[in-house]
Amino acid sequence: MNIIVCLKQVPSTTEVKIDPKTNTLIRQGIKSIVNPLDSYALEESVRLKERYGSRVTAISMGPPQATEMLRDAISSGADDAILLSDIAFAGSDTLATSTTLAKAIVKIKNYDLVICGRQTLDGDTGQVGPEIAEMLGIPFIAYVNKIEEIANGKLRVQRMVEDGYETIETSLPAVITVVKEINVPRMPSLRGLTKAKSAQIPTWTTQEINAEKETVGQAGSATWVVKVFYPQRVQLAEMLKGDPETQAKALVEKLREAKLI
Amino acid sequence: MGISIDKEKCTGCGNCTSTCLFGLIEVVDEKACIKEAGCTLCGACRDACVFEAIRIETEIAKTLLGDEYKGVWVFAEQRNSEIKSVSYELLSKGRELANTLKTELCAVCFGYNIKNIEQLTAFGANKVYVIDDPAFANQSEDQYVLELVRLIKQYKPEIVLAGATPFGRSFFPRVAAILKTGLTADCTGLDIDTEKHLLRQTRPTFGGNVMATIICPAKRPQMSTVRPRVFKKNPPDATRKSQFIKVDFNKEAITSKTRLLNFVADLTEKVKLEDADIIIAGGRGLGKPENFNLIRDLASVLEAAVGSSRPPVDEGWIPYYHQVGQTGKTVCPKLYIAVGISGAVQHLAGMQTADCIIAINDDPNAPIFQVATYGIVGDLFKVVPLLTEKLKGG
Repeated sequence: MNIIVCLKQVPSTTEVKIDPKTNTLIRQGIKSIVNPLDSYALEESVRLKERYGSRVTAISMGPPQATEMLRDAISSGADDAILLSDIAFAGSDTLATSTTLAKAIVKIKNYDLVICGRQTLDGDTGQVGPEIAEMLGIPFIAYVNKIEEIANGKLRVQRMVEDGYETIETSLPAVITVVKEINVPRMPSLRGLTKAKSAQIPTWTTQEINAEKETVGQAGSATWVVKVFYPQRVQLAEMLKGDPETQAKALVEKLREAKLI
Repeated sequence: MGISIDKEKCTGCGNCTSTCLFGLIEVVDEKACIKEAGCTLCGACRDACVFEAIRIETEIAKTLLGDEYKGVWVFAEQRNSEIKSVSYELLSKGRELANTLKTELCAVCFGYNIKNIEQLTAFGANKVYVIDDPAFANQSEDQYVLELVRLIKQYKPEIVLAGATPFGRSFFPRVAAILKTGLTADCTGLDIDTEKHLLRQTRPTFGGNVMATIICPAKRPQMSTVRPRVFKKNPPDATRKSQFIKVDFNKEAITSKTRLLNFVADLTEKVKLEDADIIIAGGRGLGKPENFNLIRDLASVLEAAVGSSRPPVDEGWIPYYHQVGQTGKTVCPKLYIAVGISGAVQHLAGMQTADCIIAINDDPNAPIFQVATYGIVGDLFKVVPLLTEKLKGG
């Protein structure tokens, strides 16, 4: 069985702070990390490899620096990695991103399961997984928290819906997105680290994935960002002072006044 | 296409470097340089440059849109035959958008034995497209995708909205991908650029630290998922009339690629976080699992839902489905009481759109106070029981 796991390199927002004077992001020393939810996707791929003897290929669209993240993926158990990088991919929205990833997946050709994280830390859209599935014309299941079984070309999973859990079966190939409940990602192994060091990670451009220029990057994007701004956080809390008794009393009054209770 | 810097105009002041969300701009030899490979062409640097040295060329691939596409559609989601509240919020907002565009507002609803479907009209729909059939009893995504795509192709609406619920965020992207159009996720603001006749969609990104306004200029329909509880519901008007259209579909043609084998309801959660008017949330400051009882007591007096920041969940004090924040749930209640929560950006991302936020924390410098309406610096173990007692007393 061949598994493709899609990863994205994102800025670590744990380090994002807002400069109160200029109201902009302070970016000093900001690190790029693998999107946290994607690390669960990677871990699950590696677990399936251990269970079913699959081959795991990690792919990512991003700048050349994302190679390092892919190297880390190999040290955590992926067999191969491919970087999709091209100036022509700049300005991609989710439509162009999923087109690019789907083209790369088609080029990889032999695949049974594509695994993505539920959403990314920076863009937060959660759209690329389902869009890839439609580009490839194969089944899609979101919010998977457990892979129960893969047998006879079929996949059975449990997934989280708002009021409970569904068990769903589908045929392969398929695309799934996973939630953090699915596993606890491992640390890279020594063997993995050695392997990662010497791993060849090819870079595919528009040409390699046989994509038409007008379907990728900004040209292939349906949505455009026209404005970026920082939400005003001028609302400073009205502090309720005094001893706990006075504070509690004041708060109850405020809540009653505002008809919140 | 692309971004460029006019070296004549650039003074190397470096103003733009800090605005880049991806840290791609450097000043080299007193001129700004952009690493194009990671650039999303968001325009933040262009807007920050007082010398107008940054240019973003955007060739609009002007497909001929004409005025073939008309009308605002709301996908009215139901679960277990109940139409979701977010559907009414979207109709209320959709009414306003349709009025501005001088066009009609339509609701689309799929399900079986759907209750109170006339409410879609009362909240402003001029037309209601309905499939009420056992085949749609479960939220079978494949069928929903197929039928909605078919309807959109047939009637060509210019705008289609859905709630940013777990279901909406899974099935709507599939519809957009088939139609090869744009979709903006989890919007918190919608308005019309009347000059260009375009939907302006505003959404939080970077964990709520940054807001982005997005348009879909050359593809139709313009699609968005919208965060529940952000738009206010208008009062329903039962005297409104609408055209009710039962959608025919070819039952034989329906083959789902996925099969639902079983459903286990999660009965542990009494009040659902996403739907709650009031949420009481506890954080690391509680110290140990038993102390969540303070939160539960206060919540039961106010008939509120219980939330948590990430540390208690990671520590195993409370199950994950109580977690509010970037890797948990996004909520928008009328009242959010944060107890012993310092307010990491990831937590704020999940709750800062609440109408009224109360912060109770012993650290006066905790970031939670920056988003709070009222703050109490003090010992939560004293303040919270007092609060519960006073509220119980009526």
